[in-house]
Amino acid sequence: MNRLKNIFHEKSMLKELLVEKVIYIVLIALFITVVVIEPKFLSFTNFKNIFAQSATRIIIALAAGMVLIVRGCDLSTGRMIGLAAVISASLMQQAGYAYRMYPGLNELPLIVPILLVIVICALLGAITGTAIAVLKVPPIIATLAMQLILYGASSIYFDRPPYGAQPIGGLSKNIIGIATGFFKMGRIEIPYLILIAIAICILMWVIWNKTRFGKYMYAVGGNPEAAKVSGVNVIRTQIIVYSAAAVLYAVAAVLEVGRIGSASNTTGNGYEMDAIAACVVGGVSMSGGIGSIGGIVIGVLIFTVINYGLAFIGVNMYWQYIVKGLIIALAVVIDMRKYARRK
Amino acid sequence: MAGEYILEMRNITKSFPGVKALDDVTLKVRPGTVHSLLGENGAGKSTLMKCLFGIYSLSMGEIFLEGSKISFDNPAQALENHVSMVHQELNQVLDRSVMENVWLGRYPMKGCLVDHKKMYEDTKRIFDSLGIDVDPRLKAGALTVSNRQMIEIAKAVSYDAKVIVMDEPTSSLTENEVDHLFHIIEKLKKENTCFIYISHKMEEIKRISDDITIMRDGKWIATEPARELTTDSIIKMMVGRELKERYPQKNTKPGDVLLKVQKLSSLTPAFQEVDFELHRGEILGISGLVGSKRTEVLETLFGIRAVGEGQVILGGKQIVNSTPIKAMKNGFAMLTEERREDGIFPDLSISFNMTITNLDQYSKRCLLSDTLMKDRVSSMMKTMNVKAPSAKTKIGNLSGGNQQKVILGRWLLTNPDVLLLDEPTRGIDVGAKYEIYQLMNQLAAQGKGMIVVSSEMPELLGICDRILVMSNGRQAGIFDAKEVTQVQIMEASAKYI
Repeated sequence: MNRLKNIFHEKSMLKELLVEKVIYIVLIALFITVVVIEPKFLSFTNFKNIFAQSATRIIIALAAGMVLIVRGCDLSTGRMIGLAAVISASLMQQAGYAYRMYPGLNELPLIVPILLVIVICALLGAITGTAIAVLKVPPIIATLAMQLILYGASSIYFDRPPYGAQPIGGLSKNIIGIATGFFKMGRIEIPYLILIAIAICILMWVIWNKTRFGKYMYAVGGNPEAAKVSGVNVIRTQIIVYSAAAVLYAVAAVLEVGRIGSASNTTGNGYEMDAIAACVVGGVSMSGGIGSIGGIVIGVLIFTVINYGLAFIGVNMYWQYIVKGLIIALAVVIDMRKYARRK
Repeated sequence: MAGEYILEMRNITKSFPGVKALDDVTLKVRPGTVHSLLGENGAGKSTLMKCLFGIYSLSMGEIFLEGSKISFDNPAQALENHVSMVHQELNQVLDRSVMENVWLGRYPMKGCLVDHKKMYEDTKRIFDSLGIDVDPRLKAGALTVSNRQMIEIAKAVSYDAKVIVMDEPTSSLTENEVDHLFHIIEKLKKENTCFIYISHKMEEIKRISDDITIMRDGKWIATEPARELTTDSIIKMMVGRELKERYPQKNTKPGDVLLKVQKLSSLTPAFQEVDFELHRGEILGISGLVGSKRTEVLETLFGIRAVGEGQVILGGKQIVNSTPIKAMKNGFAMLTEERREDGIFPDLSISFNMTITNLDQYSKRCLLSDTLMKDRVSSMMKTMNVKAPSAKTKIGNLSGGNQQKVILGRWLLTNPDVLLLDEPTRGIDVGAKYEIYQLMNQLAAQGKGMIVVSSEMPELLGICDRILVMSNGRQAGIFDAKEVTQVQIMEASAKYI
């Protein structure tokens, strides 16, 4: 009788484990389906493409992850990227290009527009962070307001004479080279984008896990009251998080501009939703305090594999949206189950 | 035999993978009595109650209610069978009225509309019968914690409960309110209701109990009539070893003045003109009723609340603790009252929880040194006698006593001069309490000053050098703990009401 109960127990433990990992099981199943239908999917080129497509999204998702970890939420991601994209693109146009935004300007060293948008975004992020941390505006409202303001600002900057609302193109070879070039190792070609994303992941891992700021970030998200009493500067931590996230958006924006080859005021539109979805699937808790770099990277890869894989076997794009939506819902259901059990 | 016991839990065994949480436990409750269930945290009291309410399924054993075998699937079924529970943590909808909270889930109806009139009258009737003076139409959130506790009890009564389980019902009540609660219990006892009473407070248990069952490590130890047990014999059975005294002897005398608080008032009108000195090596208690603003004094000293007027002088130098960060720089540490709310980071490890206040110490060129952190944490875990599988264990999975030791360890790692301890032993078992008292004595011997807020008067009398009594936001006096009596403290507590 007792033995029977033990077996029953083990079974229910196994069930719990399966439920917790079901998201990965679903994805492996999807992956296998794609491979079975189209065995050619398993090629180095495809994997390279998946990683390269994921690179900027990973950078953006890490930023969104930081914000989620401090119990925040950033809806201004996409528009912030849009603003950084148009500003940086306008300053990275080739000297000989006919439709230059600043015809008289010499071609600037790449570092100038990059630093400029990083500084602009850092300030804008600090403003959002201040509204949230000091003025206690709920994050969803503060970043919604910022989203609208940024869209307006980037459109004003973008849509003006003499050329009006035309994509800013004719970009310098340097930025295109970074965003689309690759590093050759024998016969293997590794895109620079992947290397940049890896470098940023390592940097972020160190910041999240090995610095005071990183620990404070988890503390503020885990229990803001306890953090305050423990001598953590909650306000400063929140402001820095929003500002640091914005810096990552700026970097991602420059890379996106280079990858696409042009920028307009719609660049980056809706990226916040992709980033938040990847974080959710990657195990970042919606109630703050929990999240890891590894999880977020996996979250992003999962969505790219779905996108790329389903397109590869010719699944209708509208169906892809449905699959993505279901996966997000599933991920949250699992997250909430873990939470319910803890209670 | 059916008439002798109203509730019998026979040979209850509950195993979780790898652990036997309950091992052959038997609990028999007579009608019209208060049956106290005692044991250290982790002894299995809550697990046993969860088995009764069907939150856990039994591995083995049987439960009988009035002679017939029962097995509830969930708490709602238990309620239908007149078995109810007053939880330690109040689960109330604070934005709704008192009466809606009482009848939640079973509102009286008139057709398809809620009958508010009947709801009001029914609530009023129960409140009147229990002597609870609360308007049922008030919002639950507007009430004091003690009144909310009373309402939970009224709710249990509204189910015509035959068995009411109370889990630490007095943890947020003052002496007067405890009297009121006990009065209600006595009244219900006469109507043949029985109570299963879980508490850590010995005085109360001795006062209210008819029978006492003691558990230890998931096992039944003894069931005896309360009058045949002494506090010492109860504690001995609970901890399985002899605790010679409940409070360790403090052998050191206070030294020089460490902290002078002069006519301190809070900015918001919480308290006025608190004035005292704290010496090195001194343990100063703060006593008072709930609402007398004891916690607020500590919070103001630690920079959580703003100072209105007055001065704080530390070691001869005037200081202003406007934020906790500044307070920490000035050598203050504060253990907060609500461990779950503003003490622990439940999802994070012991190591994280211990090091978060003093990360500066581990920083080497901007990065944190893992080895340094590991060393400090493991030595502090040893000093504090934290019982946990490893430093990576989530603090949320530890018992209250162990959590408290981790948090105290956190503050000791900042090497403070002044420790502000708000209810340092609330909800902690006897063994862990003793360890914390011992630690406080050690800290006193090192010349640190401590200010302790506690609702347990014997505790303050047992561990403090002096006791400051707050009454309605004002200082009602400072007494030598060796000479003062509980009656004198009570009188002072009521001075300005």
